[in-house]
Amino acid sequence: MSDQDRIFAQTVVDEVEERPRTLLRDVWSQFTAHRGAMAGLAVFLVIVLGVSFGPFIHTIDPTYSDFRARNQGMSLAHPMGTDNLGRDMFAQVLQGGRVSLLVGVTAMAIAMFFGTLVGVLAGYFRRLDGILMRVTDLFLALPILPLLLVIIMLFRDTLRKAFGPEAGIFLLIVFIIGITSWMQTARIVRGDVLALKEREFVLAARSIGTPAHRIILRHVLPNVLSPIMVSATLGIATAIITESALSFLGLGFPSDFPTWGRLLFDGANFMTLTPSRVIWPGLMLSLTVLSVNYVGDGLRDALDPHIRGR
Amino acid sequence: MKKIGFLMAATALVAAGSAHAESHEGRATDGHLNIIYWQAPSLLNPYLSGGTKELEASSLVIEPLARYDETGTMVPFLVDEIPTVDNGGVSEDLTTITWTLSEGIKWSDGTPLTAADAVFTWQYCTDPESGCAQLSNYNDVESVEAVDDRTIKITFSVPKPFPYGPFVGAQSPIIQAAQFADCLGAAAPTCTDANFAPIGTGPFVVTDFKANDVASFVANENYRDPMKPAFATLNLKGGGDAASAARSVLETGEFDYAWNLQVEPEILNQMAAAGQGTVVSAFGTSVERMHVNQTDPDPELGDERATVAHPHPFLTDPNVSRALSLAIDREILVEAGYGSSGQPTCNVLPAPAIYASTNNDWCLNYDPDEANRLLDEAGWVMGDDGVRTKDGERLSILYQTSTNSVRQGTQALVKQMWEEIGVETELRNIDGSVFFGGDPSSPDTFQKFFADIEMYTNNFDGTDPERYMGNWACAEIPSPETQWQGSNMQRFCSEEYDALVVEFGQTAALEDRAALAIKMNDMLMNSGSIIPLVHRGGVSAHSNTLEGVLMNEWDSELWNIADWTRAE
Repeated sequence: MSDQDRIFAQTVVDEVEERPRTLLRDVWSQFTAHRGAMAGLAVFLVIVLGVSFGPFIHTIDPTYSDFRARNQGMSLAHPMGTDNLGRDMFAQVLQGGRVSLLVGVTAMAIAMFFGTLVGVLAGYFRRLDGILMRVTDLFLALPILPLLLVIIMLFRDTLRKAFGPEAGIFLLIVFIIGITSWMQTARIVRGDVLALKEREFVLAARSIGTPAHRIILRHVLPNVLSPIMVSATLGIATAIITESALSFLGLGFPSDFPTWGRLLFDGANFMTLTPSRVIWPGLMLSLTVLSVNYVGDGLRDALDPHIRGR
Repeated sequence: MKKIGFLMAATALVAAGSAHAESHEGRATDGHLNIIYWQAPSLLNPYLSGGTKELEASSLVIEPLARYDETGTMVPFLVDEIPTVDNGGVSEDLTTITWTLSEGIKWSDGTPLTAADAVFTWQYCTDPESGCAQLSNYNDVESVEAVDDRTIKITFSVPKPFPYGPFVGAQSPIIQAAQFADCLGAAAPTCTDANFAPIGTGPFVVTDFKANDVASFVANENYRDPMKPAFATLNLKGGGDAASAARSVLETGEFDYAWNLQVEPEILNQMAAAGQGTVVSAFGTSVERMHVNQTDPDPELGDERATVAHPHPFLTDPNVSRALSLAIDREILVEAGYGSSGQPTCNVLPAPAIYASTNNDWCLNYDPDEANRLLDEAGWVMGDDGVRTKDGERLSILYQTSTNSVRQGTQALVKQMWEEIGVETELRNIDGSVFFGGDPSSPDTFQKFFADIEMYTNNFDGTDPERYMGNWACAEIPSPETQWQGSNMQRFCSEEYDALVVEFGQTAALEDRAALAIKMNDMLMNSGSIIPLVHRGGVSAHSNTLEGVLMNEWDSELWNIADWTRAE
């Protein structure tokens, strides 16, 4: 082999090694090609970073009411104005964002975990299917509001004692929202698993003696990831909105604990007087939900092997 | 409808010919009146519903013998004079009262009103199976007799220093015996026609009633004053919320009158600036107050939680409660939540004027320094985290109320004010239907009071505070034994106070009653078990073209609707 040949071969090897084709890399390159998803991701990151680090820069206490400065418009001291008790809206939106996002993400994680677990088990193991789907139907048929009333009545004082008023209510709310919103995911996942487990590659895996848990983890789960991702993104949005409805009914966080939903409800009456009270929390809520949905859309495209590479 | 309109016009012409010189021309000459009650009435029989909306709507049609005017004074409606001991209408031993109906009063169907109708009304409400919502107006009534067609004699089983319960005020109007004859007892709720369109002596007659939606009325041709009412037709519409009702009168002018506008004052002012209407308010006996739990609501006490067996660890000390009261700037609470419809108050009994104490006005001076001093003196030491402690107990308060944006605003302000004197506050708000629902199986009712402090508004009907002041007798304490029923929410208990309650029931002279009421009010205030905040008025709005509205908190707001006219 001449030097030239060797150099050529080396270059080829280098090129190949430079771009090894891994699943993650494929997914990422497909994801970055989705412009909406990238924009969504950017907006979402800005919001997350903003609510995480914003309160360190804008240091006004969100619950402090400066009574002389109420119903003010936007100014340097109060970038989003103040409410009717003189509380700074920007500080409240930042603080509210922390709570809303945390509730949304955590509740979604709980719902996805239960939904996927039930869906996969019901779809894969025929013996479990009947009972698990009846449980799902049962949860779907439960009237949520009375259920919430009962749960809050039973556990509020215990949790308040164990974790303090705010953390206790947080756990309770996240748990309640999670436990009442996994059913749709479970149904979707079950449907996909039912179809998948008859496919040739699963049959092949089973024929060489792969144990069930490995088939599920290696072959089934990655293929149902896309519906899960889509439910998850929608789930964040629903969880944020459910939380705000709960707070409105007085079942959620204490009234001096701002969340986006509560800020919106409180501000609704003041819409004509200080529009910034509904515009900002509303905008943040919509932007979050929209950006998360776009990210979900991009992820679905990126994760689906049929679409990827086209 | 056209026929009725023609009749109206004819009557009006005849009426206009008579000698009355009024601001308006006569009956049914001012056209149509639109009223909005954002909580719509579900029927027009106040005996079957305790709700204010039903009470007010029915006051267009059916009337009591006497009403309270805007100053809380009784004015005769179906009678010529109010019976008293002086004019012989009330017996010396205070056990009977005799009313004489005015001559010639007719029901809207043309038949005469007689004493028998009053007797029937009493039988209707006191029938044990009817579930009458206004039963308390007939307390201790032994009998109601029709002495003759125009004379009603009411006998009480005990001496009644204030015998004006039956047939006085919007809560106990007279219904027609002929119409309700088949509706006694258990049959009462089934008489839909009568409950939706009672025949009355009032200025208007029901023509159409849609429950929880809209009611239509026309002027009563047989109304006793031939010149009134000025309006030929009236619509009473329900639905929406307080803010949209206010807007429909003040900004868009769709309606002439809107009731109960509990909206933040700056929003109401902004709407009023549109110039279509006027906001009116009147003060009755409503006080937004805090009840300070005298018992321990600690969940670890299980079934004995919030019962008198366990006194509260620190709120039974009047000095702590006094410090909490001094640290509240009531002016700010009024400005933020009530505007012209609220006044700072230091009394749980703020009106009528003769019953109002002036001995507690120290609380009007916002004085956090004095509050701090009181707490220092009581041994509460300020900790590093800004919260006072004493013997290992933190000065930490769970403060609950119903869900309502004005109340949550008040909570937030009070929390901050208390922070300044080293009191830690946790806020809780509970849906009003649960909080006030009284369901003994719910832990969140205001009777159970599983919190340290709770805030809400209460008042009393009419002008006599006897029953209201009796609310704080020891026997009224809610407990598991009473299925958590009772009105002594803060569990105040004093033998001396109970003795005063008994004395009140036996005292007749107005001055003595006033002195007793003031003494009782002061006892409650000094015990620190109630912290009054705001004396609240009712707020309504009327169009600038509507004249004659006299806002009234002692009776129905529509009490004088016969005198309302349209400005030119």
